[in-house]
Amino acid sequence: MDAIMLQEKLVERLLCPRVRTARQKEKQYVGFATLPNQVHRKSVKKGFDFTLMVAGESGMGKSTLVNSLFLTDLYKDRKLLNAEERINQTVEIIKHTVDIEEKGVKLKLTIVDTPGFGDAVNNNECWKPITDYIDQQFEQYFRDESGLNRKNIQDNRVHCCLYFIPPFGHGLRPVDVEFMKALHEKVNIIPLIAKADCLTPNEIKKLKDRIREEIDKFGIKVYQFPECDSDEDEEFKQLDKELKECTPFAVIGSNTVVEARGQRVRGRLYPWGIVEVENQSHCDFVKLRNMLIRSHMHDLKDVTCDVHYENYRAQCIQEMTSKLAQDNRMESPIPILPLSTPDAETEKLIKMKDEELKRMQEMLNKMQQQMHDKD
Amino acid sequence: MQSFVAEPDELEWPHSSQGNEEKRNLSLGGHVGFDSLPDQLVSKSVTQGFCFNILCVGETGIGKSTLMNTLFNTMFENEEASHYQNGVYLRPRTYDLQESNVHLKLTIVDTVGFGDQINKEDSYKPIVDYIDTQFENYLQEELKIKRSLFNYHDTRIHICLYFIAPTGHSLKSLDLVTMKKLDSKVNIIPIIAKADTISKSELHKFKIKIMSELVSNGVQIYQFPTDDEAVSEINASMNAHLPFAVVGSVEEVKVGNKTVRARQYPWGVVQVENESHCDFVKLREMLIRVNMEDLREQTHARHYELYRRCKLEEMGFKDTDPDSQPFSLQETYEAKRKEFLGDLQRKEEEMRQMFVNKVKETESELKEKERELHDKFEQLKRMHQEEKRKVEEKRRDLEEEMNAFNRKKVAAETLSLSQPLKKDKDKKK
Repeated sequence: MDAIMLQEKLVERLLCPRVRTARQKEKQYVGFATLPNQVHRKSVKKGFDFTLMVAGESGMGKSTLVNSLFLTDLYKDRKLLNAEERINQTVEIIKHTVDIEEKGVKLKLTIVDTPGFGDAVNNNECWKPITDYIDQQFEQYFRDESGLNRKNIQDNRVHCCLYFIPPFGHGLRPVDVEFMKALHEKVNIIPLIAKADCLTPNEIKKLKDRIREEIDKFGIKVYQFPECDSDEDEEFKQLDKELKECTPFAVIGSNTVVEARGQRVRGRLYPWGIVEVENQSHCDFVKLRNMLIRSHMHDLKDVTCDVHYENYRAQCIQEMTSKLAQDNRMESPIPILPLSTPDAETEKLIKMKDEELKRMQEMLNKMQQQMHDKD
Repeated sequence: MQSFVAEPDELEWPHSSQGNEEKRNLSLGGHVGFDSLPDQLVSKSVTQGFCFNILCVGETGIGKSTLMNTLFNTMFENEEASHYQNGVYLRPRTYDLQESNVHLKLTIVDTVGFGDQINKEDSYKPIVDYIDTQFENYLQEELKIKRSLFNYHDTRIHICLYFIAPTGHSLKSLDLVTMKKLDSKVNIIPIIAKADTISKSELHKFKIKIMSELVSNGVQIYQFPTDDEAVSEINASMNAHLPFAVVGSVEEVKVGNKTVRARQYPWGVVQVENESHCDFVKLREMLIRVNMEDLREQTHARHYELYRRCKLEEMGFKDTDPDSQPFSLQETYEAKRKEFLGDLQRKEEEMRQMFVNKVKETESELKEKERELHDKFEQLKRMHQEEKRKVEEKRRDLEEEMNAFNRKKVAAETLSLSQPLKKDKDKKK
């Protein structure tokens, strides 16, 4: 959050003529300290893109939260299914893309929705369409990256997946565990406690502890915030520590604006009070928004590129080399490394020949013996 | 043949051997006292004590135990259930409660593990089985020869509270499937649990959606009775508030200068017994204070009778035979018995037949084997004879040779003995 402000200040200083002439007078100053703002300028010109996936049972408030996060209405004409239609529902993947702009910075935001997840009576492998979609995006990028013309690669890989855990239970349910385990090595998972306005502060704390425990117990690798550099200031470190202890975030979303304490805020109106979405003592929405958009968006993209995509790529290449070795054909457009391990078939042949040789050797010996005896 | 007076006088007794079957209304000359019958009934049932069984169906953590504690204003002991049960199982617990001088034997049946599995296709089965078992037990008791119905602890479920998760959209698919399976076996009252997460406008839409889904899928939920004048008005208005949106809590919070049961949030306090906050008070009124007895009656008169009829029809009992003459139970029993014994005999015959057949089969197999063995034996014997003969022949040949050789030898010897000089002389020549 502070980094962006620092950037802006630096840009201002550089563009100010008085300061520039003063700078030119200093001979020891080389000038590559301006690199950050060059990067800034170029990236503003290029624009950013971000793909966010939301997953969870129907009725958890996913659409409301997305609307609250990006302050738009992405789901205007949505048709919700009835209960009897959902008995045998399969999971669909729906993409919404919007272009939003703020202070000259353009963001192409893609929201990947997964309606139908966990809604049927039999939810065996209901996460399969989702994992297939993520793999497809990786494969697409892999092909593009290995292609000849790499100028305009579209990055459709999923950078982050918000998983909505229902607050009505005592912790994670089997379907939550299975879903996260199927996806934790393909995408950055951020678990959220949905509809947190049905839990008192004590209950929230208990549920968060329980979920963290169960995530450890089942070995689920959720997205970890990167460690602070040791030279960051104390305040930043403290904020970072608080952020980490607050996971999973307990969020509330709202599509409506209400009047509270003399201000118009996003909130939910109840007979017993008003829940404000952006009030930190009511829920962790602000923390989520800061983390997701204001400080860690780029880190999410980096982890996707450096870790998840690289894992996929390595796995893909390994599969391809072993498959090609079996087929013995060189048809792939992608250059393959030479085989270093001997093939199973040739090994067998070698063994057979060896044995034959041995036998012939023995026979020779015998014949020699016989001849020797005869003499 | 005596003639009847067309309109008999009030005080005249019916004069016929056939009997006049009309009921007549008579007016009393003074106070007799049988208007105390209801009171006698009441005092008898109070001494007997009442019995009530509640089934709570809902996903783990939805607030079933908390609501029971709140409804009956006591702490029933309960451990938190885990989400990782392999299947659904029912946990009945019986408690003895007393209020004024009325004893209540309350059984609360919990569905543990409901809604947690990934594949929920069979989730409704344990529940249906449990309800049927209770009916079966009662039926068995009824059909006993020596029975004690007045002493019998009635475990039939009188009411099923179905807890709907407050998603705000509609019923879940599991809810629809389960309620359809249960609506003909038990009185269902659907309630929206944890209702403090839905705002007023959302709640209105949600309730309408739920009721329309239930109606369009033909699910029969319990309707509060409107035929009894004393309670018809309140019941009718309550019917319109279904499903009740409830909030449960056993914690007490100070509001103003009173301490009430409530949930404390940073943004306000949700009071359980405040009718503008939730429908808890309505539920308590309807369930306990007004319609408890009607629920018991409905269970016995409607659901149990349906079960009984289906069960007996399955066993082959009918009320009327093909000629539409009413059957007595005794005749049916006799007929059934004969049929059953006949069946048994037939089966015995069959089995005996099978046994005989099998024995014959094995016998013939054995004979076959015997014959084979015999043949083999003969064959071997013949071979043996052959060999023996050959050997004999060879021996004879050999003997002959030996004899011939011996003779030649003897001959040669005698020759050589008798003419040794000759040979030498021949040789010397």
